[in-house]
Amino acid sequence: MKYQYILQRLLLAIIVVLGVTFVVFMIVQIVPGDPARIVLGPYASDEAVQGLRERLGLNRPFFEQYGSWLLGIIQGDFGQSLLNGQEVAPQLQGRVGPSFELAMVSLLVGIIIAFPIGIISALKPGSAIDIVATLFSQIGVSIPTFWMGIVLVIVFSLNLSLLPPGGYTPFAEDPADWLAHIILPAFTAGFVSASIQTRFIRSAMLDVLNANYIRTARAKGLHERTVISRHALRNAMINIVTIIGLQITALFSGIVIVEVVFSWPGLGRLALNAVLERDYPMLQGAVFVVALMVTGVNLLIDLMYFALDPRIEFV
Amino acid sequence: MATQPATLKPKNNKPEELGQANTLWRDAFHRLVRHKLAMFGAIVLLIVTVMALLGRWIAPYDPNGMDFSARFAGPSLAHWMGTDDFGRDIFSRIIYGSSVSLQVGFVAVGVATLFGTSLGLIAGYSNRILDEVIMRAMDVLYAFPAILLAIAILAALGRGVGNAMIAIGLVYIPIFARIARGAVLGIRNEEFIIAAKAMGAGDIRIMVTHILPNVLSPIIVEITLSFAFAILAEAALSFFGLGTQPPDPSWGRMLSEGRDFFRQSGWMAIFPGLAIFFTVMGFNFLGDGLRDALDPQLRR
Repeated sequence: MKYQYILQRLLLAIIVVLGVTFVVFMIVQIVPGDPARIVLGPYASDEAVQGLRERLGLNRPFFEQYGSWLLGIIQGDFGQSLLNGQEVAPQLQGRVGPSFELAMVSLLVGIIIAFPIGIISALKPGSAIDIVATLFSQIGVSIPTFWMGIVLVIVFSLNLSLLPPGGYTPFAEDPADWLAHIILPAFTAGFVSASIQTRFIRSAMLDVLNANYIRTARAKGLHERTVISRHALRNAMINIVTIIGLQITALFSGIVIVEVVFSWPGLGRLALNAVLERDYPMLQGAVFVVALMVTGVNLLIDLMYFALDPRIEFV
Repeated sequence: MATQPATLKPKNNKPEELGQANTLWRDAFHRLVRHKLAMFGAIVLLIVTVMALLGRWIAPYDPNGMDFSARFAGPSLAHWMGTDDFGRDIFSRIIYGSSVSLQVGFVAVGVATLFGTSLGLIAGYSNRILDEVIMRAMDVLYAFPAILLAIAILAALGRGVGNAMIAIGLVYIPIFARIARGAVLGIRNEEFIIAAKAMGAGDIRIMVTHILPNVLSPIIVEITLSFAFAILAEAALSFFGLGTQPPDPSWGRMLSEGRDFFRQSGWMAIFPGLAIFFTVMGFNFLGDGLRDALDPQLRR
C-alpha cells in the first residue's frame, strides 16, 4: 500500500508536469494575431517576420510544434532568447538557485513567526494574545507585498542603513553578505505566509487540544510542555504540513513580486523582464521551471505524510 | 385508517422547507450583523463603493489634471493627500482608482466564479472520468503561482486592465472548482438528489436547482475572499506596468510611480498602499464574518 501511494503520487506529479508544459506552450499560441509580428513590431519587414516564424516553429502544425518543443525541454533545450539570441537554459539555471534559496528562507521565516503565535493563541483562545494573533493574521494577508517591501527598504536600508536595499551575493562567495541580502526579501515574503499559516496552526492545534488523548495525557500528570510537544503538536502536524503544502504555490507567487522589488536575480524577475521585452522563449522557460519547482516541493510534502502519519492511505 | 401518514402529504412539506431555508439565511444574516470585524469590513467596503460610484462628483480635482506649480506638494487643506510628480491630486486619483479596483474585482471574480463553480459542479456530479479530467486540469493550473500565471497570460493577451481582469479570473478558477466539487461530493448522494433523479429531473436541472443552492455558502465566502486577492493582484500587475496603463489612475500604478520618490514625497506611495490595504482588509474581514455566519460549526 505504501509503494502504491508513492507511485500514485509520482504518476499524478508527472501528469501535472505534462499539463504544465501544455499550458506554457499555449502562451505563445494564444497571442492574438501573429506572435512574430508582435515581437518584431509593426515596422519590421515581412522577410524578418517570416524568418522569426520559422525560428519559433510557428509555420508547423500545432501538435508537431508542441511535440518538438516538449522534446527539446526534456533534453534541456528551452530555445534561444529573442532578445540576445543566447540559449535560455543556462540563463534559467543561474536563476533557479537564488529563487529556491529565497523561497526556502521565506518559508522558514514564515514558520518561525507562525508556529509560536499559532500555538500560544490556540492554548489561550479568546485571550488578549489570541485577539492580537487573529488581527495579525488578518492584517498580514491584507498588506500588498510590494508595498511592504518598499517600506522595509526605506526604513532599514535608506534610513537606518542596516541592510542592503537589494541585490544578491552567492552563499559560497560570502555567507554573511548573502544573509544580509536575503533578510529583507525573505521577511517580506515570509510575513504574508506567516499570517496565513498562523490561522491554520491555531485551528489545527485547537482541534487536537480538545481530543481525549490530550485530556488523558494531562490526567496522567505529564508536564504541559510534553503534552503540547509530544502529543498535541505531533498530531496537529499532519494538518499543518497540508497547509504549508498549499502555501507553497502562494509563497512562490509572493516571491515573484519580492524578486522584482528587491532586484533579486531569480526566475520571477526573469519572467517579468521577459514579458516586458516580449521574449517568449525566456518567459516560457522561467514559468515552466517555477511550476516544476512548485510541483516538486508539493510532491515532497505529499511523501512527507508517511513520516508523520503511518495510517495514511491514498484515496 | 382515516388519517394519512405525513409523508404522503408533500404539499405540507414545501412551505415548511421554505420557511426553514429563510430562517437559515436570516439567522446567518443576524450572526453576520453581530460580527464586529465583518461589520467593520462592510463599512470600509461601503465607503470604497461610494467612492467608486460617485467619484466624479466627490473628487475635488480632475484625476489626470496636471498642475506643475504644485508638484510634490505635501498633504494640505488644498490637497488632502498631497500631489504627485505631475502635480496631480493624489486624493482624487485614489477616488478614481477605487473604481478600477472594484471593476477588476467584479469581472475577475465573476469569471472565476462562473467557470470555476460550473466546472466544480460538473466534476463533482458527473462520472469518475470527467471528474478526473477536470480536476487534473485544475491541478495543472494550480501548479502555477497565481501572479506568475497572470503575468504569462498578460504576456500572451497583451497589457491593459481588461486583460488583467481576465488573467486574474482565470488564475482563480481552480479554487472555485475545488470548493464547488468538494461541496457537491458532500451532498450528491443525499436523499433529495436521489428523489429528484427518480422523478426524472435532468442532470442540468438537478445541478442548478438542487445542488447549487446547497453549495452556495462556501462559494459566497470564497467570492468575498477572492475580491481581496483580485484587488491585490491588479495592484501588483499595475505595479509591474502590465495592468492599468498611464495616465489612468490605479492604486498599484500610483504605488509604482511613487516608489521612485518615496524618500522626498512618501505620501505618493503611502496613501495608495493604505487604500489597497484597507480595501483588501475589508473584504477579508467580511469574508471571515460570512464564513462564521454561514457555517457556525466551523467557527474557531
